[in-house]
Amino acid sequence: MSRTKSPPEPAAAPGWDYAPAPETAPVEIASRYGHFIAGEFVPAADGAEFATINPATEEELSRVARGGAEDVERAVAAARRALPRWSRLPGRERAKYLFRIARRLQERARELAVLETLDGGKPIRESRDVDVPEAARHFFYHAGWADKLEFAFPGRRPKPVGVCGQIIPWNFPLLMAAWKLAPALACGNTVVLKPAETTPLTALRLAEILQECELPPGVVNIVTGDGETGAALAAHRGVRKIAFTGSTEVGKKLAAAVAGSRRRLTLELGGKSANIVCEDASLDQAVEGVIDAIFFNQGHVCCAGSRLLVQESILEEFLEKLDWRLRSLRVGDPLDKNTDVGAINSRAQLDRIRTYLRIGLEEGGRLHECHDQPLPAKGFWCRPCYFTNVQPADTLAREEVFGPVLAVMSFRTPEEAIARANNTPYGLAAGIWSDKGSRIFALAARLQAGVVWCNTYNRFDASSPFGGYKESGFGREGGRQGLRPYLELER
Amino acid sequence: MSGERGARRVTVTKTYKLFLGGGFPRSESGRSLSVVDRRGRVVAQVCRASRKDLREAVEAAARALPDWSRRDAYNRGQILYRMAEMLEARAGEMAELLALTVPGGLRRARRETAAAVDRLVHFAGWADKFPQVLGNANPVPGPYYNFTIPEPSGVTGVVAPAEEPLLALVSLLAPPLCAGCTIVALASPEHPLAASVLGEVCAVSDLPAGAVNLLSGRREELLPHLAGHREVIAIHAAGCSRAERRQLEEGTAGNLKRVRVVDLEAEAWYDEDECHSPWWIEPFVEMKTIWHPSAY
Repeated sequence: MSRTKSPPEPAAAPGWDYAPAPETAPVEIASRYGHFIAGEFVPAADGAEFATINPATEEELSRVARGGAEDVERAVAAARRALPRWSRLPGRERAKYLFRIARRLQERARELAVLETLDGGKPIRESRDVDVPEAARHFFYHAGWADKLEFAFPGRRPKPVGVCGQIIPWNFPLLMAAWKLAPALACGNTVVLKPAETTPLTALRLAEILQECELPPGVVNIVTGDGETGAALAAHRGVRKIAFTGSTEVGKKLAAAVAGSRRRLTLELGGKSANIVCEDASLDQAVEGVIDAIFFNQGHVCCAGSRLLVQESILEEFLEKLDWRLRSLRVGDPLDKNTDVGAINSRAQLDRIRTYLRIGLEEGGRLHECHDQPLPAKGFWCRPCYFTNVQPADTLAREEVFGPVLAVMSFRTPEEAIARANNTPYGLAAGIWSDKGSRIFALAARLQAGVVWCNTYNRFDASSPFGGYKESGFGREGGRQGLRPYLELER
Repeated sequence: MSGERGARRVTVTKTYKLFLGGGFPRSESGRSLSVVDRRGRVVAQVCRASRKDLREAVEAAARALPDWSRRDAYNRGQILYRMAEMLEARAGEMAELLALTVPGGLRRARRETAAAVDRLVHFAGWADKFPQVLGNANPVPGPYYNFTIPEPSGVTGVVAPAEEPLLALVSLLAPPLCAGCTIVALASPEHPLAASVLGEVCAVSDLPAGAVNLLSGRREELLPHLAGHREVIAIHAAGCSRAERRQLEEGTAGNLKRVRVVDLEAEAWYDEDECHSPWWIEPFVEMKTIWHPSAY
């Protein structure tokens, strides 16, 4: 197949000027928040607290209780007390609470979106159009399962596992809370949830919603804190099932801690997902998809398409288009509705990303920033970028950066693309761009990844199972398969 | 010369060896273990597999994986059924060997052998059906075609218990095998002869070399290496002590193994409601979800 080269794009940056379009919906934030235990907000037992800041301004938003062993103990005790009644409540009644929560999330959608963007730095466009509606969708979808569980597992009688300890990350704070809570509650379990240290505010707002919905006290308990709080929760013998989303490093520690205890574990961990662009792909569509794959949520996405594999014959043309598109990305105020790339979630994460940028250069990679607009003076920022001249053994091709940094490599044949894509201990996601259906499905079948996006990327839905192969974890979230970790299957 | 007329014929005794990579090698360590019958008499010698034998078995299983996992489900089903046919044909030999060392005599041993044949037939039939039970299309919003299919996890370690050494071994390896996983199994240390004969069954069932590997030896010697091996992605075990269970699950911390440890009393292995189920296959598959836009 011959390909005529498309006319050169304008060499300069697109240079479109946008007037600021800030989201102005006001959100009230209390000066301090306690844990949510047994239906009430309570301070930490030892009075400890920590600040949560806006990463776009570095200003303090609120002070939040720091959970210790005693707080975890109280929360688990509350969840255990609530378990008998909640698990015996008929499924159709449990469902109604979940439907209520979904509705209330929809009613308070804008407030939640603004709060998410303030606390985490993600563009309002994403929190408004993805995080919050998907969170509501998760409760709505799982609500309907509550009275249908016996149809999901033929030949078995599903029973709740008990108290679940759920530890969630900072990249999709409210959405991850919904991913964890909705299936657990639908299956009749009670929960202690530990939100991420840098993004506790939307989970605490969700706690208010649970109060409004009159969810029985103790069914959901939220203990805020840091890694030590999470470790205390995972170590608690009253927790029968642990669900963790976060780094592979922490996931392996949890696995070691749980070994031999007869407690259940699901892990949704890191990734270094390959995004494969074949020479017959629709190039403009693929460029757009590659941008979405790596720069969505500043690249703070476990399934980010962070390894781009482009077929050699189209590499040059593809990179020209990618440069042009990178220059048009708007980086800055997350509350501006035109912003594409917001603030890096924390100073610690920015430091990690900068370390990877330095290593990438030291190992001989070539950095392409393209984007050259000024960045805000305060806050944590990283220009979206990509590296060329990356070898498969290089750090940027192997390790998860969790930032807006793309490693570009090439391949000649589909076999080589598969070998390169699978050459990683991770196996969370993959992307394929091609106009040939049979090629797409042949590649999709061979890629060791729990989610394969064909001619699209970063699509999520509550009905669609998500989770990894290999060291990206085990267990699925979403869909029928996502119910399995929250149930014992009895005969 | 034909020798003295009427001399008693000396029987040819069988040497029991490992089943590894499709062949029957001795342990590279040159060690063996005595098999003692219920009266305390030595009735056979089996190889005592070493750490190196285990590693070679894992390598053989990893080499067999691309072929076995990509076979048509129909083909895998026929091969498991062939295993059942071959085991049925050797049912007499198998039962006699079991009866030598397992309490309960020949009657019990015949029942165990028959149940093992039936279990193979059961999972042979699942090979081309479980994806329809465990997978499904997903009704996502928007113009997308979205479905979830199970794929084999990979090289699976099997640890057989002391009770029902044949039936349990077959029940532990058939579900991952029918899904397309390849197997490295540790035979019941107390009653290893069943695994030795099962190896001979595998060898004549058209299984690709290395799809099933069977090792006899000491559990305490081999288990840590099976649990810690990074090429082993899943474990299916039974009859484990608390310490052994912990050891297997700690292997999860290395490469995130999928570990299923079964607690079944001897009689429960015969319970078809318990053991005949796609939920025995499900721990050894990975769910792959594929999204594709639909548009003109």
